[in-house]
Amino acid sequence: MIIQLEKRPQRSALLSILSPFIALGLTLVAGAIMFSLLGKNPFQALYTYFVQPLTDPWTREQIIIKATPLILIASGLAVCFRSSNWNIGAEGQYLIGGMFGAMIPVYFNEWSGFAVLPLILIMGMIGGALYAFIPAILKSRFGTNEILTSLMLVYVAQQLVDWLVRGPWRNPQGFGFPGTKEFNDSAVLPPLWESGDAHYGAAFAVVAVIVMWFVLSRTLKGFEVTVLGESPRAGRFAGFDSKKMTVFAFLVSGALAGLAGIAEVSGSAEKLDDKLSLGYGFAAIIVAFLGRLNPLGILAAGLILALSYIGGEEAQISMGISDRATRVFQGLLLFFVLASDTLIHYKIKLARRLPAAGGA
Amino acid sequence: MAQDSANIAGEGGVLLTASGITKIFGELKANDNVDLTVNKGEIHALLGENGAGKSTLVKILFGSLQPTEGQIEWEGRAVTIPSPGAARTLGIGMVFQHFSLFDALTVAENIALSLGSNTPIDEIGEAARKLSNEYGLPLDPDAHVGDLSVGERQRIEIIRCLLQDPALIILDEPTSVLTPQEADKLFETLERLAGEGRSILYISHRLEEVQRLCSRATILRHGRVVDACDPRDETAASLASKMVGEEIDVVHREGTSSAESDILLSVQNLSMSFENPFSVALKEISLDVRAGEIIGIAGVAGNGQSEFFNAVSGEDVHESADSVSILGTKAGRMDISQRRNLGAAFVPEERLGHGAVPTLSLSDNLLLARHACEDDGFTSGGLKTISARSVRSRSEKIIKDMDVRMSGVNPPANALSGGNLQKFIVGRELDREPRVLVVNQPTWGVDAGAAAKIRQALIDLAERGSAIVVISQDLDEIFEVSDRIAVMADGRLSAPEAASGMTRERIGLLMAGMDGAAGGAAA
Repeated sequence: MIIQLEKRPQRSALLSILSPFIALGLTLVAGAIMFSLLGKNPFQALYTYFVQPLTDPWTREQIIIKATPLILIASGLAVCFRSSNWNIGAEGQYLIGGMFGAMIPVYFNEWSGFAVLPLILIMGMIGGALYAFIPAILKSRFGTNEILTSLMLVYVAQQLVDWLVRGPWRNPQGFGFPGTKEFNDSAVLPPLWESGDAHYGAAFAVVAVIVMWFVLSRTLKGFEVTVLGESPRAGRFAGFDSKKMTVFAFLVSGALAGLAGIAEVSGSAEKLDDKLSLGYGFAAIIVAFLGRLNPLGILAAGLILALSYIGGEEAQISMGISDRATRVFQGLLLFFVLASDTLIHYKIKLARRLPAAGGA
Repeated sequence: MAQDSANIAGEGGVLLTASGITKIFGELKANDNVDLTVNKGEIHALLGENGAGKSTLVKILFGSLQPTEGQIEWEGRAVTIPSPGAARTLGIGMVFQHFSLFDALTVAENIALSLGSNTPIDEIGEAARKLSNEYGLPLDPDAHVGDLSVGERQRIEIIRCLLQDPALIILDEPTSVLTPQEADKLFETLERLAGEGRSILYISHRLEEVQRLCSRATILRHGRVVDACDPRDETAASLASKMVGEEIDVVHREGTSSAESDILLSVQNLSMSFENPFSVALKEISLDVRAGEIIGIAGVAGNGQSEFFNAVSGEDVHESADSVSILGTKAGRMDISQRRNLGAAFVPEERLGHGAVPTLSLSDNLLLARHACEDDGFTSGGLKTISARSVRSRSEKIIKDMDVRMSGVNPPANALSGGNLQKFIVGRELDREPRVLVVNQPTWGVDAGAAAKIRQALIDLAERGSAIVVISQDLDEIFEVSDRIAVMADGRLSAPEAASGMTRERIGLLMAGMDGAAGGAAA
């Protein structure tokens, strides 16, 4: 018996809805097998991962905090990936966004007032966008592969931020720990509710999702994104410019990654330190695809991935499961999502092995 | 079912009999109880519209599909053909309409890939060279496929097939890419192959060719055999009506332009070269197209037609504004959207991937070409919000006007047959009533019924006072629609001459290059 993939005459509408759920189901099964092999009770482990965090208000808030940067970055990446611009460097754009925004509190620490916070956020977006502009211009001018350049720039950004917080920007009163001075209150993104941890970044994420959804599905710009991503030649016939699109997509996704970075700096850490790079920029790639490059789907996917992060922490504390298991989970999830998408265009058929073809 | 028994005896027996072949896809009967007999040494035509079931039948014979019901007999012995490999082993070879060749590899390497044997490439190259000279289809085994003309690429496919010494050769629309002279050469080769006792199953929609070449024809319609006849006893019109099942409208042309009518499209001294090494540079092209006239541009593929199309449409923008004028406005430096807004419309050669995005719906593909046309009002506001409803209703109107047949509501472009998608793409532009229309290969790979409809629509548009350029490799089409004919060869365009004074021979000579430099495609 061999398994054959047979192309469907038309894409299956049912399976394009079901596919993420099939992927989720397969991930759970594979996860259960993994936990059994680790010698843990798989049901308890899955419960700890996916249910327990939802039962407690504090962990629920943590999920929102984790999901915020993922959703912000991923909704920008949706524009890139839909237009076939493979921006893998959102982590770097996130870091530089945080760094750009931090410039104002670092150099004008005493400055306070209403204007400070919006200015910081805008600086963050500009920083992320400028950093994304580098691979964009390299691609559109010189035909450089944006996957390589955007990825390599992540490491540059990490070193740059690390050097700043240990060198010129280090807080002299910080007992030698890397990090800038704490921002004054005007430069801090306020929490969503009294004495909460979740900051206004979460609101930005929701706004970003709605705006990106509208742009991508209802406007000519969104149509241009899809056309150029599907078929650049047809895009040219439509009068669209794929080089300009490359720049546009990178600027949008860079700006949103930068906003995620500065929201994290100003809302959570309240200073720039060496702990900003947590891999959100990479995890957001999973979120973008899990959400099928649709901002509304990304909102859900971001929450699910954040849940797996928090669940992973819980499992580490209560069951002694390594946090590496969380990464394996995310890898499995992405793998199954991409694999399940095959079902939209193909159906699986079992067939008896064909006689060997002559001459081959 | 009607078999012409007089012919069966003649050529030395039956090679292949397919009887009662039925193939069901879901609810569609692509083949319904089809009978086909191919005799040894005959050239047998398989005729039918797009979607008539020709490809399905041929795929079954070549082993890429399995019949739901029915038997195949090969030299009197019942056989099953489970795979193309098995078909080759039996002695069935096939030359596909769309070539499966790698541009970056040499001829010999491409052949070696398909043979899949361990024979050294040099030996394969030598064998190919020998065989190609023997059959008068000269081929350089060391040439890179990317540098070759379409005709030469087809030779590779034919030689590749002949190297396996087949008893039956299936050819799918082989002449659609050839000059008349090249086609003549191919016919000689085919006749020679038939003379050697090989059988040829010849799929074509060009009826004159079939009449010239084939001694028997099987005609399919909606998956059934409607007739088996000797095409030489028929007229082109009677064959066509058997294929379509109704009388085909004869395309009717009345010249309406005169030397006094306005020049709507003017190309002046257009020269352009490209970075892409496979592109043909355009050399000092000048052309005036007047209101009410259709200019046909003939030429073998790859002589600069696509480059010319792109330069006129504005996909490639020229540095001089004077090079292209549309309705008197200098448009050489305008992009395609601005040129559309001047009243021009364009239909490119490739349907999927150039004229339409394969995965997007028809209404999205309408928006593709019309979003920038101000008077359509498909988008509104500073954000250019798309009015999905007006796009949908307009696309439904086009579907109705052009009789586009499809399954489902607003399906993606790649779910339509070639002819139906082409009707939509042409209809999308005609619906705007453009004053200037430039079409590249309007009926390439389109069935006879759809082709007649498209040609008539172009003629009607010209009679309403638009200026039309039809770029085509199909000389029948050129003669059918054109008032004046020009020929493109190696990036140059001959001066247009009145269609009434043109002959195929003269066009053939012009195709070979006015200055005698035959066929050399300089990059």
